Amino acid sequence: MEAAESHEKQKMYGMVIDLDKCTGCGACMVACMAENNVPFRKDETDKFKSITWMRVYLLSNKKDYPYSDICYLPRPCMHCSGRGGHGHSPCVSVCPAVATDYSHATGIVSQIYTRCFGCRYCMGACPYHARYFNWWDPKWPEGMKEYLSPDVSCRMRGVVEKCSFCFHRYQRAMDLAFTEQRTELEENEYQTSCTQACPANAIVFGDLNNEEHQVAQLVSEPPEGKKKFRLLEQLDTNPKVYYLTSKDWVLSAANRSVKEEAKKAESGH
Amino acid sequence: MFPFNYEWAWDMSHIVFMGGLWYALGIIGAGVTYVVAKSAWDTMKGHGGHEEGHH
Amino acid sequence: MEIAAKSAMDKINALFDSLTPKKLLELDAMLQPKGVKRAPFWQWGLWMGFFTLVALWGFYAAILCWFKGLNQTNMNDYYGFALWIWADLAVIALGGGAFFTGFLKYVIGKEMPLKYIVNYAVIIGFICYSSALLILGMDVGQPLRGWFIFWHANVHSMLTEVAFCLSCYFGVLCIEYLPNVLENRQLDKIPFIHNLTHNFHSAMGIFAATGAFLSFFHQGSLGGVAGVMFGRPFAFREGVFIWPTTFFLFTWSAAAFGPCFTIMLTKLIEAITRKKLVPDTAVRFLAKISGWMIGTYIVAKIADTLYWAFVTAPAAGWHLSDFYTGNAFYGYWILALEIVAGGIIPAGILISKKGRETGWSLTLAVILGVIGVSVNRWVMVLQVMAVPIMEFDQWALYVPSWQEVATTILPVAYGVLLISASHRYLPLFPYEIEQANAAEHHG
Repeated sequence: MEAAESHEKQKMYGMVIDLDKCTGCGACMVACMAENNVPFRKDETDKFKSITWMRVYLLSNKKDYPYSDICYLPRPCMHCSGRGGHGHSPCVSVCPAVATDYSHATGIVSQIYTRCFGCRYCMGACPYHARYFNWWDPKWPEGMKEYLSPDVSCRMRGVVEKCSFCFHRYQRAMDLAFTEQRTELEENEYQTSCTQACPANAIVFGDLNNEEHQVAQLVSEPPEGKKKFRLLEQLDTNPKVYYLTSKDWVLSAANRSVKEEAKKAESGH
Repeated sequence: MFPFNYEWAWDMSHIVFMGGLWYALGIIGAGVTYVVAKSAWDTMKGHGGHEEGHH
Repeated sequence: MEIAAKSAMDKINALFDSLTPKKLLELDAMLQPKGVKRAPFWQWGLWMGFFTLVALWGFYAAILCWFKGLNQTNMNDYYGFALWIWADLAVIALGGGAFFTGFLKYVIGKEMPLKYIVNYAVIIGFICYSSALLILGMDVGQPLRGWFIFWHANVHSMLTEVAFCLSCYFGVLCIEYLPNVLENRQLDKIPFIHNLTHNFHSAMGIFAATGAFLSFFHQGSLGGVAGVMFGRPFAFREGVFIWPTTFFLFTWSAAAFGPCFTIMLTKLIEAITRKKLVPDTAVRFLAKISGWMIGTYIVAKIADTLYWAFVTAPAAGWHLSDFYTGNAFYGYWILALEIVAGGIIPAGILISKKGRETGWSLTLAVILGVIGVSVNRWVMVLQVMAVPIMEFDQWALYVPSWQEVATTILPVAYGVLLISASHRYLPLFPYEIEQANAAEHHG
């Protein structure tokens, strides 16, 4: 949890997801699972036990035809900065064995599988259900072990896992930069697997503190006609994943404080 | 738990928490040691047994 | 004296050398406290045998969980905390009678009449805390890494606080229970053991005070576990410094309702043994204190609930109805059960002299008290997990698997076994011994 050197601005990796572009294809979910050696079972019917670091939710405006509308919302780990943005993420604060930690250098919340003893307190604390528990040992189909990514450790049963913003890619990019005797990364040098897999370019990933990165530009000035929001902003979790939408109903469907204000406006206050 | 652990930091949280813990453990440890030592001493002195009267 | 001790040991050794059923019965009689009447060995054996079978069933379920993993349970990613965590919290709250009775007797100095019930309160506490540790050992995904919570402690986490204080307090309970074991008639003949018992009793105030200090923190931290979760509006509470209000409410409720559990089990053991083991003065004294504690607690609880319902949760965009409607199980009934049936009514009965002194009303009050604190712990674990937070999320309900139920019943069976063995062979109830001695003198 040490701060980056003073002459370098601290990075804050985050995401902007344009919900108008998301088609719900699930390529981000598949890419994430493949990249991060996420285990799966023969029968994945029970969605409460499926490990999906990235999960796409279906939102609906709950109206009848011809006014019905839907929206797909991909949800990775929010890598919350916590109250006041000081790094006290809901999950980091509660872990009893320091198996999860907030990095002030990158803004990423890590998960250390070899430290985690599976108490699941972090899962209780996370309001986004971004954390998943290994109820079983992973069982890879015949031959699949050779396909696993060597950069990501496999988890055994009894530990918690979650989206890491493909931190191994950050490490790989930093290693390459080191060999080239530089410490700064270009925007395209470190991108998450889900970002690159999205066929609609709905996901944008980068350093929110770097004005040259597209994420920072989208957050500071959302495209015309689109509004930005974060999930559960009113809980002061300070998530790093922003959403863009041009539809007001999506704002209400995703965001309780917006919904409350809309209700008040409707009742004529 | 100990100063030589990686996570240890000499900050107020650690001082208060671990200080309180070791203080409580110290009292318990000292208490048990005293009781056992006194009992051994009393036994050596020939005390003990029902004729001494009960607690 | 030493000759007497040596001959006792020689006798016991001789018995073990050629253990026949007749000698087993002799050994059984030798180990019982002097002057008291106990059930015939065969009857006691049947009783113990039944509960051993129940315990073995629970142990089998535990083996399944340890070797096959937590997929043996019905927990899932929405219910990371479920029946076991509820059982932990409930059993620790109910075991609060141990620290509170010890505090009243040794620290406040209420020797009379609490001396008649304190041993029993201690053994109940011992069973409760050892059960909690056993359940925790099953509940974590990697039990062999359990020591990480001590070695790699995050001092900011409430769960770390719980682990440390709970373990230390269990140590204190072992120290408090040990003299009871050493007071066994045959063991007491050994001079060193006799002195040890005597000195432990003399020094017990220090251990009781330390135990009360540790209990205050771990009972409170269990409340803190729920109250600090600012991502869960149902659980989150404002507080004082780093401690949410649930910290203080949990400590207060454990001290208030723990004695109810002690009284309830006293009534139960008296019903089973058909003996008066604890005088009414002790029970009523504890009941009165418990009544006032529950009364003051429930006022604080109602105030806290109102503040949370109308200030804290709405500040995050939630209404009370969001937590109690729109699902198949959790409704306002559970709030009424916890606060009215499990709080106001037992407080009212126990505060009133007539209520305490009438057999059925006292029993009703303590049962309602036990239910009330158990419902509170249920709500602060399972309802927290059930309530959806993201606007497009859903309510999640849960039913435990048989493995979870069996492993939760395991501590109950083990508790019955330990109390039964302790009652048979240890002078657990001074009142019973006094009555037996008085009868012998008059007889």
